Amino acid sequence: MLRLEGLSKRYRTGDEALKGVDLEVPKGQVMALIGPSGAGKSTLIRCINRLVEPTGGRAILDGVDVTALGSSGLRQARRRMGMIFQEYALVERLTVMENVLSGRLGYVGFWRSWFRKYPQSDIDEAFRLLDRVGLTEFCDKRADELSGGQRQRVGIARALIQNPALLLVDEPTASLDPKTSRQIMRLICELCEERDLAAIINIHDVLLAQMFVPRIVGLRVGEVVYDGPADGLSPDVLTEIYGEEDWAATIKKDPDEDKDGDGAEDSTEEHMQGLT
Amino acid sequence: MPVRVEAGVKVWQRRDRNKQLAIWGGWFAVVLLFVYCWQIISVNTTWFFVWDSPRVAADIASRMVPPRWEYIYRIWDPLWDTINIATLGTVLALFMAVPVAFLAARNTTPNAYIVRPVALFIIVSSRSINSLIWALLLVSIIGPGVFAGTIAIALRSIGFCAKLLYEAIEEIDHTQVEAIEATGASRWQIMAYGIVPQIMPAFAGITVFRWDINIRESTVLGLVGAGGIGLQLSSSLNILAWPQVTLILIAILATVLVSEWVSAKVRHAII
Amino acid sequence: MTVAAPTIGRRWRKPPLIRNANLRWGLYIGAAVYFILASYSILADVNWLRVYEGLPRGAKFVGGFFPPFPFANIIETGGFEELAAQRLIDIGDGLIESLTMTVTSTVIGIIISVPIGLGAARNIAPMPVYLFCRGIIAISRSFQEVIIAIFFVAMFGFGPFAGMLTLSFATIGFLSKLLAEDIESMDPGQAEAIRATGSRWPQWINYGVQPQVMPRLIGLSLYRLDINFRESSVVGIVGAGGIGSTLLTAFDRYEYSTAATILLIIIGIVFFAEYSSGKIRARLQ
Repeated sequence: MLRLEGLSKRYRTGDEALKGVDLEVPKGQVMALIGPSGAGKSTLIRCINRLVEPTGGRAILDGVDVTALGSSGLRQARRRMGMIFQEYALVERLTVMENVLSGRLGYVGFWRSWFRKYPQSDIDEAFRLLDRVGLTEFCDKRADELSGGQRQRVGIARALIQNPALLLVDEPTASLDPKTSRQIMRLICELCEERDLAAIINIHDVLLAQMFVPRIVGLRVGEVVYDGPADGLSPDVLTEIYGEEDWAATIKKDPDEDKDGDGAEDSTEEHMQGLT
Repeated sequence: MPVRVEAGVKVWQRRDRNKQLAIWGGWFAVVLLFVYCWQIISVNTTWFFVWDSPRVAADIASRMVPPRWEYIYRIWDPLWDTINIATLGTVLALFMAVPVAFLAARNTTPNAYIVRPVALFIIVSSRSINSLIWALLLVSIIGPGVFAGTIAIALRSIGFCAKLLYEAIEEIDHTQVEAIEATGASRWQIMAYGIVPQIMPAFAGITVFRWDINIRESTVLGLVGAGGIGLQLSSSLNILAWPQVTLILIAILATVLVSEWVSAKVRHAII
Repeated sequence: MTVAAPTIGRRWRKPPLIRNANLRWGLYIGAAVYFILASYSILADVNWLRVYEGLPRGAKFVGGFFPPFPFANIIETGGFEELAAQRLIDIGDGLIESLTMTVTSTVIGIIISVPIGLGAARNIAPMPVYLFCRGIIAISRSFQEVIIAIFFVAMFGFGPFAGMLTLSFATIGFLSKLLAEDIESMDPGQAEAIRATGSRWPQWINYGVQPQVMPRLIGLSLYRLDINFRESSVVGIVGAGGIGSTLLTAFDRYEYSTAATILLIIIGIVFFAEYSSGKIRARLQ
């Protein structure tokens, strides 16, 4: 369904963030993208919906080459790709409901969105999604009144109301505590299954990725160095992706063994780079 | 609540009805006020001149070029005066603004019921009255000249500097002051070690900021006889010497841009 | 330090603000020389006799505040003279003109400065638009209102119309610049998220940018309302209407009590406006 052909990105500073990535994601498959900071994870998913303009290669969604689209075609394509962000990226001064409805912006006209007169079908769907993520009674709260986990649920609802075929998820758990992280990951994976959605999830927490996601792709300095099942992650593979380290603790099979929020750090840097 | 249930369907609106009506009402009131004010202005306007304005503008523009470059030898002096008015006016203002600010800040005022309101009143009156009006007043009292301009700038700047400064004083970190107090320092020592270092960057920033504004203001003081380049501007306008006006405007623009650049540099160096 | 200095008898001085001694002394001496020269050139120009003669007039002006003019007139004459009534009407007319100029110019200024402010924000406007909008802002900010007023009076004739245009133009420079700076420092994440939904450009502004800058824009507009009132009192000096012309007449006739009354009214209105706009801004946060 999504096929990347030699997708590459060179920033104006000369940094080569992506070096010709080839990847295929079939319909309904959830895929985790792991790799160290600066490997190009954020850049990769931002190149797919062209928040970052790729400098080479193609991204083909349902037979349409996204990289070749004009501005109106790009808007149409973006509607098919819901995005979930690391720092939630909710519009903080809008209410939860307005934030969720903003996912419909690609479908409604300007004046409708200006006066917040969305079609009742959109409103119904918004309520259904808020109910699904467990936030119905928060719909008139302002987004900045919510906790981190709640905000990320709103972000998920906003992405899903677009009725996407593909979810692009950028470090959904990096700003959350370990328990909430698991809940959010579980929610995302369940929703993908319910709606038969494909998803690319950027994540630096290898354990969490293994716990929820069947297919894992390892990225290192802009190149795919591993593409396979979650249980194929051996110390050798991890060394290949991240470099030399004692990996024994990370690839423990039992997911419920002690894991207290290892490394919510050093992902911001990469996030920032993705924005430039 | 913006969410209602109508015939079993949840309906959402951004605001509930009363709030929405109040907002529309507010907008309506603003429009009404605007139309009313517009009408008053329109009654006092000679519309013939307004319709004629494009022709007049074209006429003035054609008279303004080319600028009379030789005239530049006559404006060095007034430019020097302009800069002096702004600089010395700012310095004078600071001498008066610092004590006023300390008297007005809640955490340093000696008396919150008598001294503070007086200080605040000084600040408000100084700020409310434009430097051109201060100049008008001073020219009428002590006669025209650069001196009146300098005092006018100083009087206008006291309020501005004192207001920003007292706000900075009120925002200082109190624990640092406590730490100095705990060493057994005297009142003035607390001031010197606990408060002054904290407000120094704000003080420097305010000074440069106001100096920059004062350059701009002092370019027009001459229009009411208070010295500086405005004097030349008004006499050139009186004799309709448009090419000279152009040159003066260029000189003003250059001065303002340079002062803006200088103040940006200095503020950058402080921060 | 590579060599450990002895702890006893080692001298300490507060390090100077500017490290380079030559530069430091150069700046000190330069500043001192400048101040001497500047003070000299100002003080040499003063006609001290004229200043001395002016002192009684200054006293008269200060006396004009106690009590302000209408009351003084009642106290002096025991009644209300026709002339005094005429003054009062003049002041009233000037005030109304100033207030109407303030309102219209602020509204017009806001309406124009929003698009210019959007255009002057580097992160959302393309380069040519950016330069154009920044150019307008630079011109508007460089010239004092009164200079602009002179030109508008020449073009549109005497009266409040020229004053209104002047203040609108000044409002544009002020609001657009601050709005643009606010937009440039907004959180790019929120705006990016709205862009990712496939929104159009105006929708993106409405959802991604507007909520972030709106509170500050309202605050700045209220602040500008206040400034415009203050400025409306000076454009009258060059014939652009408002309380300034009344004030100018009062000074020309040495009617210090009338002038004092007008100044008191201005201070009162500014104080009231500042107080109420502070309240409104606090509620918006």
